[in-house]
Amino acid sequence: MTAPEPGFGIYVHWPFCAAKCPYCDFNSHVRHTPVDQARFARGLAAELAHAARLAPGRTVSSIFFGGGTPSLMEVATVGAVLDAVARHWTVARDVEVTLEANPGSAEAERFAGYRAAGVNRLSLGVQALNDRDLNRLGRIHDVAEARAAIELARATFDRLSFDLIYARPDQTVAEWEAELRAAVALAADHLSVYQLTIEEETRFADLHRVGKLVVPDADLGAELYEATHRVLDAAGLPAYEISNHAAPGAECRHNLVYWRYGEYVGVGAGAHGRLVHGEGRHATATEKNPEKWLRLVEAHGHGLITDDVLTLEEQGDEYLLMGLRLKEGIDLDRWEEISGRTLDPARLADLEANGLVEQVREAGRRRVRATLSGFEVLDAVVADLAA
Amino acid sequence: MTTPLDHIRNFSIIAHIDHGKSTLADRLIQTTGGLESREMVEQVLDNMDIERERGITIKAQTVRLDYVAKNGESYVLNLMDTPGHVDFAYEVSRSLAACEGSLLVVDASQGVEAQTLANVYQAIDNHHEIVPILNKVDLPAADTDRVKEQIEEVIGIDASDAVPISAKTGLGIADVLEAIVNRLPPPKGDANAPLKAMLVDSWYDTYLGVVVLVRIVDGVMRKGQKIRMMEAGATYEVERMGVFTPKMVELKELGPGEIGFINASIKEVADTRVGDTITDERKPCAEKLPGFRPTQPVVFCGLFPVDAADFEDLRTAVGKLRLNDASFTYEMETSAALGFGFRCGFLGLLHLEIIQERLEREFNLDLIATAPSVVYKILVRDGTVLEMHNPIDMPEVTRIEEIEEPWIRATIMTPDEYLGSVLKLCQDKRGIQADLSYAGSRALVVYDLPLNEVVFDFYDRLKSVSKGYASFDYHLTDYRPSDLVRLQILVNGEAVDALSMLVHRTRAESRGRAICEKLKDVIPPHMFQIPVQAAIGGKIIARETIRALRKDVTAKCYGGDATRKRKLLDKQKEGKKRMRQFGKVEIPQEAFIQVLKVEG
Repeated sequence: MTAPEPGFGIYVHWPFCAAKCPYCDFNSHVRHTPVDQARFARGLAAELAHAARLAPGRTVSSIFFGGGTPSLMEVATVGAVLDAVARHWTVARDVEVTLEANPGSAEAERFAGYRAAGVNRLSLGVQALNDRDLNRLGRIHDVAEARAAIELARATFDRLSFDLIYARPDQTVAEWEAELRAAVALAADHLSVYQLTIEEETRFADLHRVGKLVVPDADLGAELYEATHRVLDAAGLPAYEISNHAAPGAECRHNLVYWRYGEYVGVGAGAHGRLVHGEGRHATATEKNPEKWLRLVEAHGHGLITDDVLTLEEQGDEYLLMGLRLKEGIDLDRWEEISGRTLDPARLADLEANGLVEQVREAGRRRVRATLSGFEVLDAVVADLAA
Repeated sequence: MTTPLDHIRNFSIIAHIDHGKSTLADRLIQTTGGLESREMVEQVLDNMDIERERGITIKAQTVRLDYVAKNGESYVLNLMDTPGHVDFAYEVSRSLAACEGSLLVVDASQGVEAQTLANVYQAIDNHHEIVPILNKVDLPAADTDRVKEQIEEVIGIDASDAVPISAKTGLGIADVLEAIVNRLPPPKGDANAPLKAMLVDSWYDTYLGVVVLVRIVDGVMRKGQKIRMMEAGATYEVERMGVFTPKMVELKELGPGEIGFINASIKEVADTRVGDTITDERKPCAEKLPGFRPTQPVVFCGLFPVDAADFEDLRTAVGKLRLNDASFTYEMETSAALGFGFRCGFLGLLHLEIIQERLEREFNLDLIATAPSVVYKILVRDGTVLEMHNPIDMPEVTRIEEIEEPWIRATIMTPDEYLGSVLKLCQDKRGIQADLSYAGSRALVVYDLPLNEVVFDFYDRLKSVSKGYASFDYHLTDYRPSDLVRLQILVNGEAVDALSMLVHRTRAESRGRAICEKLKDVIPPHMFQIPVQAAIGGKIIARETIRALRKDVTAKCYGGDATRKRKLLDKQKEGKKRMRQFGKVEIPQEAFIQVLKVEG
């Protein structure tokens, strides 16, 4: 597997949810009065125009509507954003346009409209295939709704993925394997499978602290992770990233832009970007509060609150952090170009001896990639290499 | 003009921590008008933050009080504040030698403590007249009769006319001043004899440079005089002299019996020796004063910066501290595990703690201290004797004829309900009982103990077995042969020199096991399994295994937010700086501290 060019992606953040999930620490907000979507659409278009002035002439290979809950966007809002992208850049003929959706019935009504507006890939937040766990995870849909949404999505979109969360309270390896097999039967060619993580400042963190929420320990977590790989490998959906599995060729191209450390624009409240212009690679982030973001955009044409030029070391660290998440690993020659350093061969050799990474040569390039054991402790591996 | 001898009284105050020494001193200064009340700061004499916080005095200080007694005569009272801890026993003895009498301050509800005892015996050895003072008599728990009885029983001095006071409210302070004049003897001395003075203490002052505290025994010391330090063999000219009231007052001369300070272009405190005899350069006295003893560090440990980049700062800091404390020694040390640092020598454990705390606090350094070690004498087969300050310097076992270790005599006072636990602790620490007696409901336990066991965790254990009620004091006695072995700790198969220590053979196995268990807790899991072993010679006596890290990975990245991950990585990198790379294993600094607290 040789790594093609990372591509150029557009990330659009829709920061609203109907309800906040107790495990989620993403930038999402619940509003009890209707959001003025036309106004937000104009804000998103303004930010795209601003980004295009800084980074003109790119060919857009992917667009991703994330959140929050982007399936709360009206079809017209999605359409307006896609039109704005097309106004400012060339859009690749085979562009991937993904939208994250909740598997609720209200959203499903908009699927056809999204398809007509140009969305060709849907990512459904299914999370679990049993009602007890959906309830515990604080999800507002049930399994029946999820199955219906999956069915409709398969009929509507070219490509479909859905998310599952594992390492839930009381979950056993056997139960999880059965649930995964059920998921495989429903899935098309892509699954995202995330381990439940207790994030600070979430309701789960509070419950966890006082002992009212007990999640599997590191040992069971690792067993569940290994079981995931076993089942999905056998089903022809191998992991191409720590938590993402796809049939060969069905990988999410947008996420590959991040992991291959390409260029991406982030628009909307609390979106992140990486753009190369002027003095080098810029790390951008926008205001997280939706209304504040809107006011900033309306006043200045963008909602950026961070726009830092990354040092070589920071770029090297980011490429390492993102790139080693991929099965294909990093291109060591490129890493050295980016960071201006060399990776300590002794450290690499130690990690290799411990079975955590492997060094390979592909098409004349040196690559370093994590093994399955390496994936399980990747944060420590990266810290070791970056230190 | 110098003060006539019979109008001088030189005295020190002996008290246990918290029994009110500093408050009494403040009250005496205030009553005699040394400072206006607006100038009074709580505890005038304790200059350093650490002194004030810990309630201990590190450097001797004096205050000259002018007092008009009830008989109408004016007296000069020199109050000598002595270091209050066993580590500074020699400094205490010199301060006491500069006085003729002592006030023994005892808390009227707490009674006599071990530390008081050691100091009061020293005062008796220095032929002091002793005036017992019962402090805090205004408190409901005060029991003056019982405490008087205890003073008589335990110390063996008459306490019938002990002065009852409350230093806090000022009650009885006038009686204390009268007792000083009427019950303490004036100094003796000959103003016409050649100059003979004792160097009581010295310190570094940012404005004055090296300040030397002197007690004139015979003759007169004058500004401009050429003086000679007899032990140090150096000559100086007195550039400035005077007294502290506690404000600095310059004088032209000091006569017999007087206590004051001099400045003499002395570059470093290390050039002065506590207990030295100062005389006139041209007309020297015939004999030195008795009792001089060079200071000898008894406890050693390595101090290393947590961040190797701070080494130069540490070098500057130890140099500066040494300017003011010549009893602390240091030399550069390199450790495979800890990099560059210093092997430092101290008068005792408290001294070690004070220096470490000052380095961390005043110089803003993060330090790793290695296991404290005492000075062992090693008789080598070829007949030579090695003094070993660092376990890593231990010669091959086959070359050693015998190892001797220092012993102490410890005096412990404890309420009798904790006596059993205290005795057990002393036995566990290889102690040999020398004496056991009672004074009321308190037991006085005297034990001979190896210093090596005491530097380990004796204070902490004593405090915990007696719920903080036992008090403890010690002095070095002698060296005794001992069956000591070098306990080595191997992490991932490699010996960590900073964790090696000498222990008694009978203790080696249990301590080795305890250390391995502790390290298993404090060394975080790595990406591979780590054996932790304790060994004597080549023989493994204990083993634990730190399991490999099982799962440590961020499951999900939020919409291309590499910044958040990078910031986490930066934190990890910062954390790694605080670890010590040893072979392939990173050992947190905490491990070095925790190992010292191991029981076993």
